[in-house]
Amino acid sequence: MKRLNGSQMISEALKHEGVEFVFGYPGGAALNIYDETYKQNYFTHILTRHEQAAVHAADGYARASGKVGVAFVTSGPGFTNAVTGLATAYADSIPLVLISGQVALPLIGTDAFQEIDAVGISRPCVKHNFLVKTIDELPRILKEAFYIARSGRPGPVHVDVPKDVTAAIGDFVYPDEIKMQTYKPTTKGHPNQIKKACEAISKSKKPILYLGGGAINSNASDEIRKFAATAKIPAVLTLMALGVLRSDDELNLGMVGMHGSYAANMALSESDLIICLGARFDDRVTGKLSEFGKNAKVIHVDIDPSSIGKIVNAEYPIVGDLKNVMIELNDKIDIKDDIFKPWRDQIEIYKKLHPLGYKDSDEVLKPQWVVQNIAKITGEDAIIATDVGQHQMWVAQFYPFNEPRHLLTSGGLGTMGYGLPSAVGAAWASDKPVIAVSGDGGFLMNIQELMTLVANKKRVINIILNNNFLGMVRQWQTFFYEERYSNTDLSIQPNFVKICEGFGGVGFSVKTKDEFKAALKKALELDTVSVIEVKIDRFENVLPMVPAGAAIYNMILE
Amino acid sequence: MRRVISAIVLNEHGVLSRIAGLFSGRGYNIDSLTVAPVPDSEFSRVSIVTSGDERVFEQIVKQLHKLIPTYKVIDSGEYVEKEMVLVKISLNEDFSGLDAILKSYNGSVANANENYIIVMACDNASRIDCFIKVMKKYNPIQIVRSGSVMMEV
Repeated sequence: MKRLNGSQMISEALKHEGVEFVFGYPGGAALNIYDETYKQNYFTHILTRHEQAAVHAADGYARASGKVGVAFVTSGPGFTNAVTGLATAYADSIPLVLISGQVALPLIGTDAFQEIDAVGISRPCVKHNFLVKTIDELPRILKEAFYIARSGRPGPVHVDVPKDVTAAIGDFVYPDEIKMQTYKPTTKGHPNQIKKACEAISKSKKPILYLGGGAINSNASDEIRKFAATAKIPAVLTLMALGVLRSDDELNLGMVGMHGSYAANMALSESDLIICLGARFDDRVTGKLSEFGKNAKVIHVDIDPSSIGKIVNAEYPIVGDLKNVMIELNDKIDIKDDIFKPWRDQIEIYKKLHPLGYKDSDEVLKPQWVVQNIAKITGEDAIIATDVGQHQMWVAQFYPFNEPRHLLTSGGLGTMGYGLPSAVGAAWASDKPVIAVSGDGGFLMNIQELMTLVANKKRVINIILNNNFLGMVRQWQTFFYEERYSNTDLSIQPNFVKICEGFGGVGFSVKTKDEFKAALKKALELDTVSVIEVKIDRFENVLPMVPAGAAIYNMILE
Repeated sequence: MRRVISAIVLNEHGVLSRIAGLFSGRGYNIDSLTVAPVPDSEFSRVSIVTSGDERVFEQIVKQLHKLIPTYKVIDSGEYVEKEMVLVKISLNEDFSGLDAILKSYNGSVANANENYIIVMACDNASRIDCFIKVMKKYNPIQIVRSGSVMMEV
């Protein structure tokens, strides 16, 4: 039995969990942890330039790699800065473990320097959290933290460790197995329910697969592709599911919801059986709830029982890990002949009636063209991180995602400033080109992370679709606030090229198609960070659009 | 609609805050909440009186169950439900009829000094409502309710 101090225990636990990279930012209460981080050689610590970015980076790493992301921060402001990162990961069910320093136990509750009730603050934005009160419980808590983060419906777990616990010495026995009386996620779907679901599919005339982020979290893409191909059922995808089906799969109707394709929204609206796989009927998907899937019964597969029946009643609820359930469904489904052909023919008309498109121009760069050409130039195989807003939707609509874990985007919380730091995480998760697409507003929110990349000689290409606006808010102001552009005009801008150069990277500013192509090709050849500022049409809108609160079949098409 | 739920949860740091936070964060009502350790175990029992329609109630149960320290949520079947109330009354009041009232509500005198008496009653929540109404005629100085505790039968 090893006698270790708390900081050594943290390093050993990370070794046991196979952690390769930790993103973080040191400070007083985390000094012991950082001292041990300096001494150990189990994992590499990547110093970000802001705690929020450290958690987004861990989150981006987790999304791109499928592993648990890990971040370290110190107490007080270090922790409070990290909260947006936790909330972002929680909203999208991303597995990560945040270890924060806390003031020493005798100081807790005294309003000590850099003291904050960290577990009190993180409670609503994590799957679970712990305040470690004795060295004896630290190994168990660390084991449970990783287990809880990655099992069931994944999510962030926060472990707050007081400074004296990180120095205290205790016996280190890292548990091999988890024995939690109170936490036992259901991973296998109920056989009877699966059987009933198969019968419902066979009897339906207009079934539709509605795929969500759970499909990616449970690595169920292969099984879903097999199921869709066997049963020949068309599918709509949420923002979080892009890549689960290939973009060129004829069953893939594209993204659904507020900025979804006409075919996806119409098919979902007219379906008689919605087969919801790892999605949660978010309001950005359903639109006006009373009009949503009015004629449809619902099969809802989700690992989280509380997601089922929360928004939409499910006639066939199946609680379980989606991958397991899909294996069972593939085994049990028995569709004779191509019984859904008439339904697909009907959808084919929708596809042709209003395909996704835009009016291209040679006078001014169109963001959709830029996104399409990112795909062309990178061979559709880059990891794309986005911020939140118009550019995010253009990426979702026009970048052909063909594999899971290639889109890193804040879907649930909608966190501006997410793109660049999540790309930082992805740069350690993958050897593929990592491209962060941002707007001019969001890029400024975590611009300091250019330094993290430069310091580590990592190549991330930052494409700023610059319309000198908070574009999506401006779009809403155009449509719904009679063009009163209250505080969305960002005409006064920094020089993004010089900023990137100031950090030690390379900057490009482009206004034409040729300039863009040349800049991106050049950026791909570099071994450092770059910014490509793309001056785009200021008043380009994201279309189609379903106004908030309207039925999803009532789209503004042009 | 009035609902009662019991949850068996790990008796650990912050667990009550998780439960209260769940209700406040999601906009559910808490009419009363009582917590105490379950004897000879590592658990606590939480008794919650809440209100809401069927869908809200289903979510409350599921969300309670989703909390990592939750061992069990008991939401169906018949309960014995009891609540306690303490009522402080000035000695200057006319106490005629008080004995009979206390008797009919499982009540008794809990304390007395030179200025006032404190009476208590133990009964289900609706009868405690009645008891408090009846006690109004003694012009109570202070009333303290405990919240309900439940046991399934």
